[in-house]
Amino acid sequence: RLLIVYPWTQRFFDNFGNLSSPTAIIGNPKVRAHGKKVLTSFGEAVKNLDNLKATYSKLSELHCEKLHVDPENFRLLGDILIIVLAAHFTKDFTPACQAAWQKLVGVVAHALAYKYH
Amino acid sequence: MVLSGNDKTNVKGVFSKIGGHADDYGAEALERMFATYPQTKTYFPHFDVSPGSAQVKAHGKKVAAALVEAANHIDDIATALSKLSDLHAQKLRVDPVNFKLLGQCFLVVVAIHNPAVLTPEVHASLDKFLCAVASVLTAKYR
Repeated sequence: RLLIVYPWTQRFFDNFGNLSSPTAIIGNPKVRAHGKKVLTSFGEAVKNLDNLKATYSKLSELHCEKLHVDPENFRLLGDILIIVLAAHFTKDFTPACQAAWQKLVGVVAHALAYKYH
Repeated sequence: MVLSGNDKTNVKGVFSKIGGHADDYGAEALERMFATYPQTKTYFPHFDVSPGSAQVKAHGKKVAAALVEAANHIDDIATALSKLSDLHAQKLRVDPVNFKLLGQCFLVVVAIHNPAVLTPEVHASLDKFLCAVASVLTAKYR
């Protein structure tokens, strides 16, 4: 969804092959694999809520020094994740749940941007 | 950022699926916005912003009506919302960042009540539409 809703985010994924249409993006195995990586990392965050900066320290350095990703993109992805959760959990995604998760994606984005220099 | 023919079709499709629930969606979006982004409550010191509040329901209805109006006049949102644009510029002066926050909450509400409708493409079109509405509402700020 990130690559479809905010197509400029495709700039980081030149080596992913065919991203030329929503259908191509949805069917792209590299996109799927990367999504798994990202969500697995979120899972780590949820297990280490008291220690997010340390948890994301190496990934933060990577995103700054090697990947050169503007941290604004972490906020965009966080917002997209919220929509995916909402569609998946529907009524169970209560306002309180949304508020908590919106905070979580915010602090994860902050932790990922923390080592930028 | 320009709404393509596809975007316009997608947006109209969403609003026709929403149908008579638009008022409820507006209220729920506001409720979620106040819960998720508490700083937005600062624009409503005169309101009871607790969940289920009659004032929030009434305001949600207004917000929904404006979105429906914009969707019905999607080829010229600026003209359709001209009075609202003046109101926001001269009187309300809501900081532009807040339209993104309400937009996010409106998307969440649509996702919750119509997950099958909000395909990635429709999501993209609706997000663009909400950005376009926000642009119009802040167009006369300076």
